[in-house]
Amino acid sequence: MQVHWRQSLMSYTFLAPALILLAVFTFYPLLYGAYLGFTEYSGARFANHLPPQWVGLKNFETVLGDPLFRTALANSVKYLLVVPALQLASLAVAVLVAKNIPGIALFRAAYYVPVITSVSLAAVMWEWVFNREGTLNWLLRALHLTTPEAAFGWLNSEQWAFWAVMLVTFWRGFGYYMVLYLAGLQAIPEELEEAAILDGASAWQRFWRVTVPLMRPTILLCTLLSTIAALRVLEEVLVLTNGGPLNSTYTALMYVYAKAFQGFDFDYGVASAAGLVVALVALLLSALNFRFFHREEQA
Amino acid sequence: MSARTAAAPARVARPVSWRRPVNTALRYALLGVILIFAVFPFVWTLAIALTDKTAGSSIYAFPQSLLPSRVTLHNFVDVYRTFSLGKYLWNSVVITGLTVLGTLLVSALAAYPLARFRFPGRGVIFGLIVLTLVLPGETTFIVNTLTLKNLGLLGTHAGVVLPTIAGAFGIFLMRQAFLAIPAALLEAARLDGASELTILTRIMLPLTRPSLAALGIFTTVTTWNAYFWPMLVLSGAPDKAPLAVAVLKLKGQFNYDPFNIAAGSIIMMLPVLLVFLAAQRLFLRGMEGAVK
Repeated sequence: MQVHWRQSLMSYTFLAPALILLAVFTFYPLLYGAYLGFTEYSGARFANHLPPQWVGLKNFETVLGDPLFRTALANSVKYLLVVPALQLASLAVAVLVAKNIPGIALFRAAYYVPVITSVSLAAVMWEWVFNREGTLNWLLRALHLTTPEAAFGWLNSEQWAFWAVMLVTFWRGFGYYMVLYLAGLQAIPEELEEAAILDGASAWQRFWRVTVPLMRPTILLCTLLSTIAALRVLEEVLVLTNGGPLNSTYTALMYVYAKAFQGFDFDYGVASAAGLVVALVALLLSALNFRFFHREEQA
Repeated sequence: MSARTAAAPARVARPVSWRRPVNTALRYALLGVILIFAVFPFVWTLAIALTDKTAGSSIYAFPQSLLPSRVTLHNFVDVYRTFSLGKYLWNSVVITGLTVLGTLLVSALAAYPLARFRFPGRGVIFGLIVLTLVLPGETTFIVNTLTLKNLGLLGTHAGVVLPTIAGAFGIFLMRQAFLAIPAALLEAARLDGASELTILTRIMLPLTRPSLAALGIFTTVTTWNAYFWPMLVLSGAPDKAPLAVAVLKLKGQFNYDPFNIAAGSIIMMLPVLLVFLAAQRLFLRGMEGAVK
């Protein structure tokens, strides 16, 4: 009995640092942040050591009635378009690099380098690509798709900045998902692939009829990860466009960040309420994801 | 080719024989296009960083700007001096070093009892740690900033580090590693009168060195590259900012110098790239590689 008691004490001593840190910096902010969404709490109140004041659903009315938030949320939802593109491309690239041909290790490694690149470095480098004088316009000119007079800076264009930012997300993501898919592909028995070849299936048919169905669990996981990440997109926007031009790249988390830390007075209450709305949408999307893939499985 | 097909008339695959080299060529062409997409920004940045700017060339003069005619290392020296890059480099080193040490320590300590002991509340704690993986974190950064302010840690390196070191990834990675160690080894040590702390430091940690290294490497890369959180915590203390935050300030400087920015970017990228090249297999196998 005494041994058990000592073992418990020992266990909790070892666990203490992790538990304290998780409590203070993970669980407390979650609960307190949810509470703040229902209160009035400004930078001024915080500075004067005044407690948050309960206001019920007022912040949610403010947030949902704010045209800027609606634009922001719409942009974040529109950003989900990166998910199918990213997942299909990553899976296709994984299939492409799965076969061990000479030099393939080099390609795999090179495709992963954008993943280990800081978002701020990505911003520095891609701004040059998207510049009015940059590589993208040069390439388009070389292909006779545009003229020097018609050139514009992609990140300054209200119409194109959104897609330019999305391309950077795509660039930083495809190597990451490629690795996850590669692990999944290596678990598929080779006989299946060989049987399909013997049956005369083309590479296209094999991809859609053999690879994709067998990879469903991995696809679900990756889609889920990338959906949540897309909805929460913030860093790329902050470093590339700061929400502009004309709010065309202003996203929902950008709104949360701006309300809490920018402007005349910080409004933690409204920011938290907006964060809760985003969290709710993320939850809904995750549930949809599960249903979608689950239904397909039964079909 | 015709000679070879004639020599083997009975081969079933004969009609395909011309297709194979074409297929292989197509495969490499496709691999090459993706390669350009993936690494072009780095190649160009490196070219700009090495360009002798006194020659008066533009970074946008394609394709010459990709192959600088006069190569120099002067930009690296210049950005180091004019931008006091050393200061930010040091900040990055301190923040990354503390984060890695903290993560390894906290994760290993927490993982050991979770892997090896039975005690009341174990299931609950386990569940709570799993929960952190799925809980929405949209408002976490707001409250954590206020907490740091109350603790007097806002604008300090400790403020950047502390909230990030306890996480499910590290704890589960280490727990998995501890579970793989045979119980007989621990029993033997206990019979010899070793304390739990001795067992942890003398047996468990040395035997799980690969997992510790994996966790350390992942943490190094993530922390070195992190932008948003250090930016937020150190927004009132720009002198303490790491490179990932400071490099964007280079961009906004009044004497905008793309050659220096490129050199600074290369300096920032280099350590991460070296770590990656040294531990490639770890990254390219994903989590699986880290656990095994």
